[in-house]
Amino acid sequence: MLQDEEDATETGNGWEEWTQGKALVRPADQLELTEAELKEEITRILTADNPHAPQNIVRYSFKKRSYKPISAVDQMAVHFVLEGSLVHQDSEEARKLRVKEERMIYIYYKHLIVDFPQVQPVADRGEVEEIGDEDRPDSAASRINKKEPKVTNQFNFSDRASQTLNNPMRVGRRDWEIYDAYLQELQKQEKNKEKQKATTSNKDNGKSKKVMPMETQSDDIIRWTKASKILERTISQNTFDDIAQDFKYFEDASDEFREQEGTLLPLWTFWYDKAKRLSVTALCWNNTHQDLFAVGFGSYDFSKQGCGMLVFYSLKNCTFPECIYPTSSGVMCLDIHVQHSHLVAVGFYDGCVAVYNLKEKGEEPVYKSTAKTGEHTDPVWQVRWQNDDMDNNHNFYSVSSDSRVVSWTLVKNELVFTDIIRLTLNGAVSEGPEGAQPYNIASGTCFDFHKQIDYLFLVGTEEGKIHKCSKTYSSQFLETYDAHSMAVDAVKWNQFHPKVFISCSSDWTVKIWNHTINTPMFIFDLHAAVGSVSWSPYSSTVFAAVTTDGTVHIFDLNVNKYEAICQQPVVAKNKTKLTHIEFNPIYPVVIVGDDRGYVTSFKLSPNLRKKPKVRVLTSFLHHSQLPLVPHQLKQIR
Amino acid sequence: MFLVKQAEEVEARMKRIAATKGVIGTLVVNPDGVPLRSTLDQSMTLQYAGQLQNLVALARSTVRDIDPQNDLSALRVRAKNYEIIVVTGDYLMITIQKLPE
Repeated sequence: MLQDEEDATETGNGWEEWTQGKALVRPADQLELTEAELKEEITRILTADNPHAPQNIVRYSFKKRSYKPISAVDQMAVHFVLEGSLVHQDSEEARKLRVKEERMIYIYYKHLIVDFPQVQPVADRGEVEEIGDEDRPDSAASRINKKEPKVTNQFNFSDRASQTLNNPMRVGRRDWEIYDAYLQELQKQEKNKEKQKATTSNKDNGKSKKVMPMETQSDDIIRWTKASKILERTISQNTFDDIAQDFKYFEDASDEFREQEGTLLPLWTFWYDKAKRLSVTALCWNNTHQDLFAVGFGSYDFSKQGCGMLVFYSLKNCTFPECIYPTSSGVMCLDIHVQHSHLVAVGFYDGCVAVYNLKEKGEEPVYKSTAKTGEHTDPVWQVRWQNDDMDNNHNFYSVSSDSRVVSWTLVKNELVFTDIIRLTLNGAVSEGPEGAQPYNIASGTCFDFHKQIDYLFLVGTEEGKIHKCSKTYSSQFLETYDAHSMAVDAVKWNQFHPKVFISCSSDWTVKIWNHTINTPMFIFDLHAAVGSVSWSPYSSTVFAAVTTDGTVHIFDLNVNKYEAICQQPVVAKNKTKLTHIEFNPIYPVVIVGDDRGYVTSFKLSPNLRKKPKVRVLTSFLHHSQLPLVPHQLKQIR
Repeated sequence: MFLVKQAEEVEARMKRIAATKGVIGTLVVNPDGVPLRSTLDQSMTLQYAGQLQNLVALARSTVRDIDPQNDLSALRVRAKNYEIIVVTGDYLMITIQKLPE
């Protein structure tokens, strides 16, 4: 720092001091230098360098991977900046400013008393004429600005092209897009392989080619099949939401207070308007899809015979059937194959038997018996599927009033029949024709096969007798029971106990038998003709019976051996007769068919669903009083 | 021949659905988003089709992101008064059903 060697004038010293002459005044902190140092010459250079500019800037060079000093540094020092407000008169901005000025002047003077001609708008004559008009200056200006683009707000405007989507669907590629792309590639590769194979062998692709054009010709509407089904079921679930909730969750709490009795809670009612005049003649649950059941429609009235129907319902949709097969004659009985649940055997009033395949499209059965192929001459009252025979062919049995029990085997495209047994009043006779036969025949009305012992079966007749037969002995019955005074309507083996079966008849009784003993173990009088009985699939002591006075009776022998634990009238009018009842394999639901074509479903209350507790077994072979438990049965045998 | 029968069946089913008590309207939308048939008036149809297109795409994306082999099969939007049921697939089948009280 240079020190001035001038006088330090102090305030208040006065003017006189200055005239008195200079006197060296040394400040106290002045640097002390020697004489020699004082005389030293110090060179001062005037350059154009900016003294404030940094001289040692280094930058990282990626090439040399080190810091390198920069040689050239900006030396400009700005001392003063003033933004000018002068605008060239021919430029854009000048024009805009002029217009703006005019507008402001116009607006300003508008409020004053009219003396407009003095106010000269600078550019446009048009403005003078349009005095009272507010819009006009804008339009005049806009006339000028017509060719100018709209000026956007420079602060928050962003070009649409540079904007992102709100709620963008894709933030990068999604997983499934990648997956889809891979799949497509894979399919392409496979097609290429197929094409290569096709060039070598054309036969294989012949069929597939035929399929392709069919699909493209078909209506788009068929693609809606599955979706429309789901839609219908969803709507049905919403409409009958309370029933669906009951089905799933409702348990009658009052059963705890009712000691033994139970009730049936009505659930869905299934009704098909085209089956209005027909009776429900058969009911069967599907084993693999336990919400699906088959209903056979026909007529028990001898004089009123017409067409029939085979209809499938699902619990998921009670408004309309899943499948409908109209038939020419009334359906009398049906059975769904246990393992292959798409095969349904049906027996008709006109003596025919038929097998329907649900997987096939079409209303005709895949197999049907005719007069040539040994069909019955009287209504077929019951059909039952059996285990596949030794050639792995499916086969089923049928029983009819013409006294024959026939076995039908599905061989390729045909139905091959074999007479198993002929029922007579006195005893079975073999197939050879004999004189006395026609008067001795008995009409079979129902039968049932033993669950474990394959060859053993029971046949109930119109005369009220039940015959125990074997598939292998066609000439003789193993045993005959004088069961009822009227026709036997149903006979069923117990699903757990190998020795017990039940029978019911129009003589108002239901009887429970042990097949080794000639007299029934239990007899129940239900005060009305019994249409059908059925054992329950969850307990060996529970069974249900329906009567023509519209009542459902449910018995549990474990709880009460003499009376029903539930006797509930289920149809509103007493005129309706109940014809069939079946328990669902897994749900606590029974379906009941009546003679007006309605099928009603009920939920069993907890008291009706009691499973007997496991007991430590002692000696248990008597048929009589002890309850029968599934677990213990193995020991009986 | 079976295809004709099947087409009739589906047609009958659609009519039944539309005629069900409580169903306000039904519409079918093709994969491109164009409504093919509807029992509602034009403006409502377009509205439903447009709005649900986005929702279905979002739902489908959600399902498939978690597991690409999975796919959306149905979507139900339950509101206070009614429920919108969308069954997806190639085509979107949409039904608006009034909820029973």
